[in-house]
Order: sequence, then structure tokens, then C-alpha cells
Amino acid sequence: MRTLLTLLVLISVTATTAQELPPLPSDYCHWKADHLAIDEALCGLKGNPARGRALAIDPHGGNCIACHHLPVPEESFHGTIGPPLDKVASRYTEGQLRLRVVDEQQVNPFTIMPGFYRDPRLANRVADAYWGKTFLTAQQVEDIVAWLVTLK
Amino acid sequence: MAGYVEMRALALGAAILVWGGQALGFEPVSGYEFLDESTRAMQDDEFENPGMVTVDEGRDLFNERRPDEEASCASCHGEDGEKLDPAVIARYPIYDEHLGGLATLQDRVSYCWENRLDRFPLPYDDPQLVALETFVRNKARGEPVNVQTDGPMSPLIEKGRQLYSTRFGQLDMSCYHCHVQHQGQMLRGQKLSQGQANGFPEYRLGTGRITSLHHRFGECFRSFRADPFEPGSEEYRLLELFVMQRGNGLPIETPAVRF
Ligand code: HEC
Ligand code: HEC
Repeated sequence: MRTLLTLLVLISVTATTAQELPPLPSDYCHWKADHLAIDEALCGLKGNPARGRALAIDPHGGNCIACHHLPVPEESFHGTIGPPLDKVASRYTEGQLRLRVVDEQQVNPFTIMPGFYRDPRLANRVADAYWGKTFLTAQQVEDIVAWLVTLK
Repeated sequence: MAGYVEMRALALGAAILVWGGQALGFEPVSGYEFLDESTRAMQDDEFENPGMVTVDEGRDLFNERRPDEEASCASCHGEDGEKLDPAVIARYPIYDEHLGGLATLQDRVSYCWENRLDRFPLPYDDPQLVALETFVRNKARGEPVNVQTDGPMSPLIEKGRQLYSTRFGQLDMSCYHCHVQHQGQMLRGQKLSQGQANGFPEYRLGTGRITSLHHRFGECFRSFRADPFEPGSEEYRLLELFVMQRGNGLPIETPAVRF
């Protein structure tokens, strides 16, 4: 009897949790971090560094410039919340950079830096317009990573 | 996944512990200190400060006795609120059984509006209530914020602190991230302040409007793509309590001028 009850409770708990989760975007690519790096490109996509550079300063794109100093001299008002990214590729490998863009909380659980390709179901009280979506698309993340690796 | 979420909860718990320790040497700093000279001068000059228009509107509402009514706010609190005590105003939000527990200054104004003047109740943040709140708090300009932190307030402050350090929205950020961890740093062109509330309701140069504290909370929530709570909600009252007591000792600046 006890076991049956536990089982029922377990099933109902699982059912409610499953219900509350929004669906993953249909094109969401699962990724896995290993030794604080994601060595494989998301969905096997190839990034374009010029597009990545544009996304990094676009307030509606990655908006990295809100928090970081970037080697983009034509822009003024670079943020100082994160470290400057000017020579970031001399400190990190491509895989390490990818994880930091995808989900910095895996590196530092306290960080303010948003995860640009985290599982969106982990977020709390998301505004309707963004509910269940990743911040950037996999292609956009790969574009930004392709630009970051050039920053030596 | 459960393990991951647990780890996150644990990490946040640790962060709050660390924060508790830091709070010992904490010095509150007003958003005023983050302004340029000309904006400060504008706030300080009674005739230049655009928020004074709202103070005047509030004063008119305060003194107004409608034709069919026996009383106005002024009947109890004196013409132009001359009987209001700045030291009492500086205590808000307060704990008052009679008002249902935790009560903001706007709750108090709303209570008098509804029960003393017997008027139709207004929703939280109605422009008339905000104008009255601005007028009343302006009476206490310069008075140090002095919110009660012991007794029934202490568990409520703990709840407020938890909300303050909860991650919300697609960007997964908390108030704590911007206004504690990274205060003083530049978010693009804007210097992050401690997010103090001693100047509310405040005039905003960006929108040209008077802005209530709960409205400002909503703006911060939207900035990290979170679904904001409603003005007057339990969550915003608790946040107001937490933020106001964090600024205990700062002078009331209402109406402050900010971007
Ligand atoms: C809201 C602030 C914020 C935004 C937006 C942001 N970052 Fe960060 N970032 C940080 C902070 C703070 C750190 C420091 C490490 C930490 O907190 O974990 C960091 C660290 C990093 C690092 C590691 C750098 C080092 O020297 O250790 C990289 C790489 C990085 N960010 C890239 C990006 C890129 C690319 C974007 C945009 C797509 C971006 N960040 C957007 C706040 C931000
Ligand atoms: C992404 C960064 C960010 C986060 C997270 C954030 N804020 Fe803000 N907040 C700002 C900015 C930028 C301003 C305007 C400049 C300043 O005063 O810091 C501001 C201003 C404020 C002000 C007005 C300060 C004044 O002097 O007028 C208050 C109050 C405030 N925030 C409270 C909060 C609360 C409560 C939360 C959490 C629900 C929060 N903030 C989360 C960025 C943020």
C-alpha cells in the first residue's frame, strides 16, 4: 500500500512538473559541457565572424558591449561589468569560449552574465514574448564564437 | 536536471550568506551621488525641479473638499499638510495591524481616501494617489529614512531580501546582481547605482513623467525580460520594504530627478 501511494505521489509530481515546463524550441540543439568547455559547434553549425562582431554590439542581438569592453573602436560607451574581451582568445580555447557564451553559470553560478543558449526551461517568470526561447539562436552563438576566437 | 537546480539553489544560498556578512559594513549611497552636476542642481532647485508640478497637484488634491463632502485630507492634517510629521513619514513602509500588516505610504493615503473621505477606492499607482504620495513625502524632504527593522518587520525583510536575490526573466538576473554585485560599474552608458528608493516618486528625464517606485521595479523587470509583478502586489510591497530599509539614513529626496 505504502509503495503504491509513493508511486502515485511520484507520478503526480512528475506530471505537474512536466506540465509547467514550456516546450523547447523545435530547433533547440542539445549540448554538453566537458571540462568547462563545449568543444563541438552547436548543431554542427559554422560561424561567420563578421556577423558575430555585428551581433556583439547590437542592442537587440547579443549586446555584449553593454557589459564588456570590445575591440570595436567605432562604438562608444563600452560596459565595465565584465572583463574586457579585447584579447580573450589568448586566454581561452574555442570550446571554453563557447561554454562561456552558452551558459556562464556553469563556470560561475553567481554570475550576472546571461546564458545565451541555456535550456530556456531553467528560467523563472519570463515575459510572454520570450517564454521558452533561448536568448540567441545556435547560429548567432556560433557567429559570436567565430568572432571571439579572432581576438588574440 | 534536479541535481543542477539543487546546486543552483545551494549556490544562491551561499551568496546570500556572504551578502549577510557584507551587510555589516554597508554604507547606503543615494542615486543622487551618481548624477552629473546639472541634474543635481535641477533636483535641488524648487523652481527648476520638474517633479514639483506633481507636488503642487498633490497639494491641491490634499486641500480639496468636494462639494458633497464633509472633510478633506487637510481637515485632519492641516492646510497644506502643516500637521504632518516628517519623522512619521520617514518611517514608511510601516507595520500596522489596522492597515492589514505591511503598509506603504501609498496604502496609507489610499486608506484615508477610502475610509476617512469615503471616496471610491482607486487602484494602486493611480495618478491621484501618486500625486498625493509625492506631496506627502515631499513634506519630509531631508528627513533620514527610518524604516523599522525589528519585531514583525524582520521576517518580512527576509522575504524581501529573498525576492531581491531571486533570478528572474530570460536574462536570469536578480536585483542583487546589478545593484549590489556590480554597483558603480557601467552598463553601456549608464552607471549602476545601489537602486535606492529615497527619492520616490521621482521625475524621470527620459520619459518626462513622475514615476512611482513600483513602476520603476517594473522597468527593471522588463529590462531582463521578466514578467513584472503588479503595482501594489505582495511581491512589490516586500521589495519596497527591503529596498527602503536598505537605505535607512539616506535623506528623503522626493521628488528626485533621474534619467
Ligand atoms: C549583463 C552583463 C553581461 C553581458 C550582457 C555579457 N557578459 Fe560576458 N561576462 C560578464 C561578467 C560579469 C563576466 C565575468 C565572469 C563571471 O561573472 O562569471 C563575463 C565573462 C565573459 C567571458 C570570460 C572572460 C574572461 O576573461 O574570463 C567571455 C568570453 C564573455 N563574458 C563573453 C561574452 C559575450 C560574447 C557576450 C555577448 C554575447 C557577453 N559576454 C555578454 C557579464 C556579461
Ligand atoms: C540589468 C541590470 C539591472 C537589474 C538586474 C536591476 N536593475 Fe534596477 N536599475 C538599473 C539601471 C540601469 C537603473 C538606472 C540607473 C541606476 O540608478 O542604477 C536602475 C534603477 C533602479 C532604481 C532607481 C534608483 C534611483 O536612484 O532612482 C531602483 C529603485 C531599482 N533600480 C530597483 C531594482 C530592483 C528592485 C530590481 C530587481 C527586481 C532591479 N532594480 C534590478 C538596472 C538594473
